[in-house]
Amino acid sequence: MSVTSKILSFGAVACVGAAFAMSAVPATAWEPSHPIEIIVPAGTGGGADQMARTMQGIISKHSLTKQPVVVINKSGGAGGEGFLDVKNAKGNEHKLIITLSNLFTTPMATGIPVNWKDMTPVAMMALDEFVLWVNAEKPYKTVKDYVDAIKAQPDNTFKMGGTGSKQEDQIITVALQKAVGKKMIYIPQKGGGAVAVQLVGNHIDSSVNNPIEAVAHWRAGKLRPLCVFDPKKLDYKDKIAGDMSWNDIPTCKSAGLDVEYVMLRGFFMPPGVSKDAVSYYVDLFKKVRETPEWKKLMADGAFNQSFMVGDEYAKWVAEAEKLHEGLMKEAGFMAKTN
Amino acid sequence: MSETVHETGGTGPSHRGVEAGVAVVIGLAGLIAVIGSLRVGIGWADDGPMAGFFPFYIGLIIILSSAINLYTLFAATNDQGLFATWGQLGKVLSVVIPTGIYVGTLPYIGIYVASALLIGTFMMWLGKYRWTTAIPVALLVPVLIFIFFERWFLVPLPKGPLERLLGLYA
Amino acid sequence: MFEDIGNLMHGFAVVLQPQNLLLMVVGIVLGVIVGVLPGLGGANGVAILLPLTFSMSPTSAIIMLSCIYWGALFGGAITSILFNIPGEPWSVATTFDGYPMAQQGRAGEALTAAFTSSFVGALFAVIMITLVAPLVASFALRFGPAEIFSVYFLAFCSFVGLSKEPPFKTIAAMMLGFALGAVGLDQMTGQLRLTFGFESLLSGFDFLIAVIGLFGIGEILLTMEEGLSFRGKAAKINLKVVIQTWKELPKYWMLSLRSCLIGCWMGISPAGATPASFMSYGIAKRISKRGHNFGKGEIEGVVAPETAAHAAGTAALLPMLALGVPGSPTAAVLLGGLLIWGLQPGPLLFVEQTEFVWGLIASMYMGNIVGLIVVLTCVPLFAAILRIPFSVIAPIILVLCAIGAYTVHNNTFDVVMMLVFGVVGYFMKKANYPLAPMVLAIVLGDKAEESFRQSLLGSQGSLGVFFSNALVSTVMTLGLIALFWPIIQEGISRVRVAMGAARPAQ
Repeated sequence: MSVTSKILSFGAVACVGAAFAMSAVPATAWEPSHPIEIIVPAGTGGGADQMARTMQGIISKHSLTKQPVVVINKSGGAGGEGFLDVKNAKGNEHKLIITLSNLFTTPMATGIPVNWKDMTPVAMMALDEFVLWVNAEKPYKTVKDYVDAIKAQPDNTFKMGGTGSKQEDQIITVALQKAVGKKMIYIPQKGGGAVAVQLVGNHIDSSVNNPIEAVAHWRAGKLRPLCVFDPKKLDYKDKIAGDMSWNDIPTCKSAGLDVEYVMLRGFFMPPGVSKDAVSYYVDLFKKVRETPEWKKLMADGAFNQSFMVGDEYAKWVAEAEKLHEGLMKEAGFMAKTN
Repeated sequence: MSETVHETGGTGPSHRGVEAGVAVVIGLAGLIAVIGSLRVGIGWADDGPMAGFFPFYIGLIIILSSAINLYTLFAATNDQGLFATWGQLGKVLSVVIPTGIYVGTLPYIGIYVASALLIGTFMMWLGKYRWTTAIPVALLVPVLIFIFFERWFLVPLPKGPLERLLGLYA
Repeated sequence: MFEDIGNLMHGFAVVLQPQNLLLMVVGIVLGVIVGVLPGLGGANGVAILLPLTFSMSPTSAIIMLSCIYWGALFGGAITSILFNIPGEPWSVATTFDGYPMAQQGRAGEALTAAFTSSFVGALFAVIMITLVAPLVASFALRFGPAEIFSVYFLAFCSFVGLSKEPPFKTIAAMMLGFALGAVGLDQMTGQLRLTFGFESLLSGFDFLIAVIGLFGIGEILLTMEEGLSFRGKAAKINLKVVIQTWKELPKYWMLSLRSCLIGCWMGISPAGATPASFMSYGIAKRISKRGHNFGKGEIEGVVAPETAAHAAGTAALLPMLALGVPGSPTAAVLLGGLLIWGLQPGPLLFVEQTEFVWGLIASMYMGNIVGLIVVLTCVPLFAAILRIPFSVIAPIILVLCAIGAYTVHNNTFDVVMMLVFGVVGYFMKKANYPLAPMVLAIVLGDKAEESFRQSLLGSQGSLGVFFSNALVSTVMTLGLIALFWPIIQEGISRVRVAMGAARPAQ
């Protein structure tokens, strides 16, 4: 409310030359008046948290906003706590939430009453990739070796590690089981880093870690990437481990494993916020994307740098929701009670 | 709860009565755990225990041990005297009630105003301080907290109408 | 080896630059403040300063940030001892004897013992890191879910059976803790449990809220009942107490060494500082001659958990750097910082970034020394807080507790829960239920359940997984021995008596 009145008064005072000035300066009229909160619907140290904290650092280092940015973790109920907080903060223009795929999976698996339609979409910052990893000591050099090894053994022999339960890692695992035709044991861990270490220690047989979670072990020669679940190869051609770059990893589909998945890293705001506030944040994110620190984060994590706003973004999210609903139903992950 | 007279004077609830109450409340908590577990499944699925497996048996153990505690309590013949005198309980309530009001109003009037009221009331009512001492302390502490938490460490705390009026929060 | 020592010396040269020493003091002071206030953790301090450090060299930045970590570790003991309010899970065990000491007017002694023990534990762990870093990392890799569960099992076993209260009250309290810990999302199935549809229960009962209520608020209520004052005598306020306590501490070298070893081991295994502190306290109580007096203000009861917690907290930094898995929220934010400076935690960090790694290790030595000096000089100041009249300090403690409870999930419902826990704590304590096993169960219960179920997933339901290799079998056996220790002890003494009786007959 106060924002509209501010705009009105601004218009009244500056009505003489305002139209001219406004068209000359494309900057929006809205400015944050106190600290901006970024809610992370996950614990500290995860991918979403890292991205939010990096952005906090970038924004303060380059003074991109007049007000400080605060990162708050609300991980309860598989992130449901964070989404509820944003849903209930109607009209709060100083609150943003960074999402991961639990935007879709948490309401479906737990029955917590939230949906992305309860919030205002702002922008897609990037898409996070998933790579199929095995321990480098294991004999599987290609996807085919790996699939053959699974097929050669009875159901529930191969152990797949992943982050959380009924979330992206387990969804990929279920899709992978379907493609291979054998059941695997899925062992949930609290964080991606722990999953990678369990794989290095040979306590599990494979993982679908994000690139940034496993890259250090790949470079040290402990893990081996077999394929990437993106429909196309990763763009990054710098050598990472030996002669291999991210670009040298084949897509799973081309290697004969028909599973595709990418994860949204994007922002939403509470419902009922003004268009001006949304476009302020879109501008802010565009500036963030131009900084060298952001580019470095993208390269380190081998992110897919798609950027979307407005209707295009909302459409993408709607499609992703449908896709998740199909996968979750098929896997039997939908909430039964509550 | 039966009333007993304590040797040192004053009356109050008997220790046995209160202890029985505590055992019953803990037993009820166990019962809630059992009911909640039944709703999510207490079985052993093919891949290990289900979500309610552990809470279910934990709930059962709580109920069982509370029952044993109740039994031993009433099997014992010696009188355990008073839990506390009414005067002592009154003092405890003189902290619990203001704090209850504090936590109840805090979401609406904000933590700063509520804290100032709590500190002021506590000092003047229980500490018998003059308002000349109590009010400065009651105002200073929230201000320091604001500077420290909100300004330095950027930790947002609950705010109410006063902060909105001062333009600290939209 | 010699190369490493050279690197370390170079690291010291970097750390001892005046500018870096200054950053160190700033970091420590900030860390202590953050550690004292229940609403702030090391993670806050690190997160706020992180952006400021982008203009510094990575080495200077990590020196300052890791000093916040040390400062927060030191600071956690202060509220535990003075007000019975542990700010971090690993300072819970410090309250058991630290707070009674403060009540007896020995706050200065308890604080000195706590700080010195912290320093000794941390120093021991740093020396270990310096000497055997590569071995340590590979040892950490041997911990799968079954091994991690066995460590939790050992922690529970070495602590349970310690209380003087009736056994079924202990069991009821502990199980209540497990039940409270189970509320919220079940990590293994992704299902909500025991929330009964209440949105406020989604995130479950956090340890900090329970402990602030049970210990902190409960204690204020007990104090009120007995009249308007802290029960303790006013503490002595001068630095002499430091020297006096130091004269006494060398007596406990065996205890310190044992606690250091427990701490280092727990820090490297991913279990961390909390089980280390409980385990160390439990074992000390069993072995010490004055064990019967633990819980009534025994200095050994402060030395044991503090030494172990800090040895663990320090040792845990090594797997974090070498494997990239943070052991605590603070460590997670530090780890995020490394990534921003372009340092990738992982096995190659030690090869590619030698200057940084050895700078960090050198700053561990120096940071702890500087930290010890800073906190020890403040002992009289901290002890003087107890001289503030109760009716002034009590509402301020209540306010700070409320802030602490609120900031855990930014939820005002948690503040209400804190008061409920306070009343529950008052009644349970008066009805002779032990609170410590309950808190231990809230802190470790869900983690233990998680690793237990992960193990069973892997073994497809076979319990044999807990005795499937030498490491896990050893730890499980140790746990069983600890659990049945009272019976074993009795058995041994009976055998002795029997042999003693048999001898004259010969």
